[in-house]
Amino acid sequence: MHEMSLMESLIDLAEGEARKHGASRISVIRVELGALSHVDPHSLRFCFDAVTRGSLAEGARFDTIDIPGAGWCLDCSKEVAIMERFGACPDCGGHHVQMTRGDEFRLLELEVL
Amino acid sequence: MCTVCGCGTQSLEQPADAKAQGEAQGHAHHPHSHPHDHAHDHAHGDHDHSHGHDRHHDHDGDHHHAHGDPGHHHHGAGVIDYGGGLAGVHAPGLSQERIVKIERDILSKNNDYARANRARLIGNGNFALNFVSSPGSGKTTLLVRAIEELKARHTIYVIEGDQQTSNDADRIRATGAAALQINTGKGCHLDAHMVGHALEALAPPRNALLFVENVGNLVCPSAFDLGEAHKVVVLSVTEGEDKPLKYPDMFAAADLMLLNKSDLLPHLDFDVGACFAAALRVNPNLQMLTISAKTGEGMQALYAWIDARAARIAVAG
Repeated sequence: MHEMSLMESLIDLAEGEARKHGASRISVIRVELGALSHVDPHSLRFCFDAVTRGSLAEGARFDTIDIPGAGWCLDCSKEVAIMERFGACPDCGGHHVQMTRGDEFRLLELEVL
Repeated sequence: MCTVCGCGTQSLEQPADAKAQGEAQGHAHHPHSHPHDHAHDHAHGDHDHSHGHDRHHDHDGDHHHAHGDPGHHHHGAGVIDYGGGLAGVHAPGLSQERIVKIERDILSKNNDYARANRARLIGNGNFALNFVSSPGSGKTTLLVRAIEELKARHTIYVIEGDQQTSNDADRIRATGAAALQINTGKGCHLDAHMVGHALEALAPPRNALLFVENVGNLVCPSAFDLGEAHKVVVLSVTEGEDKPLKYPDMFAAADLMLLNKSDLLPHLDFDVGACFAAALRVNPNLQMLTISAKTGEGMQALYAWIDARAARIAVAG
């Protein structure tokens, strides 16, 4: 449900940008998707066909570029890989980790006709 | 399409009888589809344009929504319904393939609206709180009590978000406060665009408090800034004390946590300390109060919290 509305927001943004550039059809939509973002990639893909039907992006390819999660551990004073939002530091096990990467959900580019 | 709520892109007829209040569903919209293609509203500008044109409905003529983002229906004073829209129809054409670089956050449009709402609220001295929680945590009961006990010194306006029905707005109106119900229909959260419309409809007076009761959902509303001063997360002691760890985004996004239904604590194994510790783990800056909207325990502390912050943004005149 959440992914559905996010996908609608994404297609809305994509259509607006495509029109701005005088495009009549979108053939590829490329998004950056962080591993720690609010978005589940499988649900998102599931919604894509349903939401694009009847839009400029009908039949388009949906490409996602996965961004791994990272955070700054205050105790270790270094950047560490984190697998989940608010996850512990893999080195010290502490929770003083500030997320620095992996929260992305961005429309990167379109291929348009 | 209007926002993230999923409403369509077609123009819809203005309801023949603008019902002042009550049930949003079941009114007679003609499900006609205008065959003409609306000029979509983003055919201009660069990335940081304000989208202000989406929010103002000063159009002439009979069409309520003669632009590209309708699909929601205004029902007089009582209800805005986002569930009635139809899917958009656009005709593709042909030209040469090329790449358009965009690099925009998907939520950026919501954030644009939120920024506009915030500017409007602050400019008018309106202290706005966005109450979020899972369903059944007692948000409406809490608001009803708070309004009763605050209305002597504050004018209070309420925006109620639910998927269906206007039951909550009816409960709020019974206190004498002005309330507007937004039905999200397919959506699982309120977004800033919906709240912008609600603000136009409600038009809270200078220095009034605005309480927004979000859709009962501990996941999605965390990602949607509505333009409020603070998110207030309500958790009840009948839920698990580890809920802040299970749904960390909401507790990270909130500034105040209200642990509600404290009157039930003697009957439960709920560990308040463990709950607060869990909440602080995801948000070290979170402020927390234990309250009971039923007995009134802790409510004075909440009012003091509200008074102090509302006074800070109140404007003269």
